[in-house]
Amino acid sequence: MAQEKKGFSHDLIERNTLLLIVLTLITVSIGGLVQIVPLFTIESTIEKVDGVRPYSPLEVAGQSIYIREGCYNCHSMQIRPFRDEVERYGHYSLAAESMYDHPFQWGSKRTGPDLARVGGKYSNDWQVAHLVNPRAVVPESIMPGYAWMKDRPLNYGDISDVLKTLRVVGVPYTDDQIKNAKADLEAQKNPDGDTAALMKRYPKAVVANFTGNKTVTEMDALVAYLQVLGTMVDFTKYQSPKQLQQ
Amino acid sequence: MDLDAITVMLRSFWTVWLMVLLTGILVYAMWPGNRRTFDHASQIPLKDDGQEF
Amino acid sequence: MTSATLTSGATLGSQRVSEDVRYYEDAIRLFVIAATFWGVVGFLAGTFIALQLAFPALNLGLEWTSFGRLRPVHTSAVIFAFGGNVLFATSLYSVQRTCRQFLFGGEGLTKFIFWNYNIFIVLAALSYVLGYTQGKEYAEPEWILDLHLTVIWVLYAIQFAGTVMTRRESHIYVANWFFLAFILTVAILHLGNNMNVPVSWTGMKSYPFVSGVQSAMVQWWYGHNAVGFFLTAGFLGIMYYFVPKRAERPVYSYRLSIVHFWTLIFLYIWAGPHHLHYTSLPDWAQTLGMTFSVMLWMPSWGGMINGIMTLSGAWDKLRTDPVLRFLVSSVAFYGMSTFEGPLMSVKPVNALSHYTDWTVGHVHSGALGWVAFISFGALYFLVPVLWKRSQLYSLRLVSYHFWTATVGIVLYITAMWVSGIMQGLMWRAYDNLGFLQYSFVETVAAMHPFYVIRAMGGVLFVIGSLIMVYNLWRTAKGDVRIEKPYASTPHKAAVGAA
Repeated sequence: MAQEKKGFSHDLIERNTLLLIVLTLITVSIGGLVQIVPLFTIESTIEKVDGVRPYSPLEVAGQSIYIREGCYNCHSMQIRPFRDEVERYGHYSLAAESMYDHPFQWGSKRTGPDLARVGGKYSNDWQVAHLVNPRAVVPESIMPGYAWMKDRPLNYGDISDVLKTLRVVGVPYTDDQIKNAKADLEAQKNPDGDTAALMKRYPKAVVANFTGNKTVTEMDALVAYLQVLGTMVDFTKYQSPKQLQQ
Repeated sequence: MDLDAITVMLRSFWTVWLMVLLTGILVYAMWPGNRRTFDHASQIPLKDDGQEF
Repeated sequence: MTSATLTSGATLGSQRVSEDVRYYEDAIRLFVIAATFWGVVGFLAGTFIALQLAFPALNLGLEWTSFGRLRPVHTSAVIFAFGGNVLFATSLYSVQRTCRQFLFGGEGLTKFIFWNYNIFIVLAALSYVLGYTQGKEYAEPEWILDLHLTVIWVLYAIQFAGTVMTRRESHIYVANWFFLAFILTVAILHLGNNMNVPVSWTGMKSYPFVSGVQSAMVQWWYGHNAVGFFLTAGFLGIMYYFVPKRAERPVYSYRLSIVHFWTLIFLYIWAGPHHLHYTSLPDWAQTLGMTFSVMLWMPSWGGMINGIMTLSGAWDKLRTDPVLRFLVSSVAFYGMSTFEGPLMSVKPVNALSHYTDWTVGHVHSGALGWVAFISFGALYFLVPVLWKRSQLYSLRLVSYHFWTATVGIVLYITAMWVSGIMQGLMWRAYDNLGFLQYSFVETVAAMHPFYVIRAMGGVLFVIGSLIMVYNLWRTAKGDVRIEKPYASTPHKAAVGAA
């Protein structure tokens, strides 16, 4: 430690400063290592469930907007295993359900309700109307309105680069998915078009012209993202907690 | 022994590690020979700014 | 560039100036000015977003002014802009004096750090408003800004550690231990939590390597220790220098300070998972987080006792010196929030408090009561010294600031306690028929009066900080307010009059 003997020499002092630095580094590293490293090595950390897939291109774009607007400041995406939360929001959240979220969106505050299973809970029209003016739909709401988002064209020129980057960090996008990223993004906005390929690559994706605009807008992407949240795992297949372990 | 078992075992060692560390800190802090050092060190901020040393 | 500035002793008269030790103070003055400025900006931003929660029309319907984009502006402004500049100023001021050595690398390096750090702050705030964010609380700046900050931080570490290494005082004073731990750990946290891959080298957007549960753990390892090392260890360094200095007596127990240091830095780093109780994070990690958080109560209170008891035998100074009152009250607030923290990390309590305003209130009792108060004390101490004035413009105004801010904090914390616990209870309330009693939005509506009270607390805190700005500005100008001085023995006088 930074102990000092009487009659110091320059050498000793310098060594002691370094000693203090090294001991401090060791002391502050242990806790982090013990808690973080096993999360990558222990297989039971993430449940083995069917259905969780990488987000579709439009959903990925929506997630970027969710992050850009700081939605996580007021909305959690993590349902705790309590009776009231399960009744209010649905099945408690699994680690597997956020395994493709870079970064996680669990949040830390519920100024607004949890959104982990908001997908399918409201209609597309409700979501759009609510985002445009929350108080027109829920008078007591204190959420900001996002009317400006409704008609703003989505910038998706780099969507295949986004998918490629996500693949670099570990999301298992296939070459096929990356190649068709732009087409898939546009297909999800067009319910009258051919969506078979999209649905094959991204099962349970919600296809709709969310805002009614001709072009793909930012709000289309955001609502597409919200509508898939929490819908990927079919919980009728996992009735007992045992099945959700390992 | 697989990785899971090893990490579980290591995890239970933190109490031991903590005790060792705490004892070390206390011995160092309370060691009679260090008293003068500490008394001296505690006066450092009270010396006049720029005073000879 | 003035490489040698005379020490304060030159004009204070009572202090001698040695021929060979001269301290750099120009750059420290810049940090003090920036800290004062960003403090007001951060408090204003906080008050504004508090009002947005009470009156949502204040979101103005513009993309740049919505709560989601302004909240990071507030948190970054108070933590990194205000707190950061205070830490730079105090650490680089006191390390010179406790090491009897000028700053390693020269004052040019300090100024380089100053300008780059403050440019980083401005760019970060602008980027949030324009929608560029990593989306991680307290680590919002995107990758390019993170790189900029990394360079600044490495230079700061070199300057600080270099000064300690080349010191002419035989011992490394304990305040420097805390500053060193703060600098090193923040570097590790910053690097660990910002491992991102940019989508394009010419764009801002990036994605982190880790996802989901690992991402959550890394983020709260970072987030909790940003509190533990940026807002605690760093500010404890301030406590260990400025409280003894202002009280003119050595720290109560140097031995306790050593135990305090090692136990605090060892235990703090484990506590992160208490932000993730009952989530998909494995139970073993949650249990570790809870256990260490509870144990953390001990070193925290050890430090509090050490700080407050430094005044033992000189308690009357609290009455006659409002600057010392700021410093010591901050330590008392530290004791309060480090008791509340372990309590909230206990899982059954956390089940109620998590996701509610109780957490927000807890953070602010630490942020306003501990971090801001000790910063105010340090700023009131530093300005007369750095501008070579014999005294502050007004001690009475310091006292007005103290009471205005204290009432503001009390309003803030109590409003958040009530709203947090109330909302937590409403969420889990059942009616006679076994149905959830309240819809979510009913619980939001119930928060309204408390959000108004909280905002009022914020307004008072801003007013207090404006009083400080005025006082410091007049002090720097060299003015002295004509006012009734604080009697050294008003108690006896009062008894005599009665």
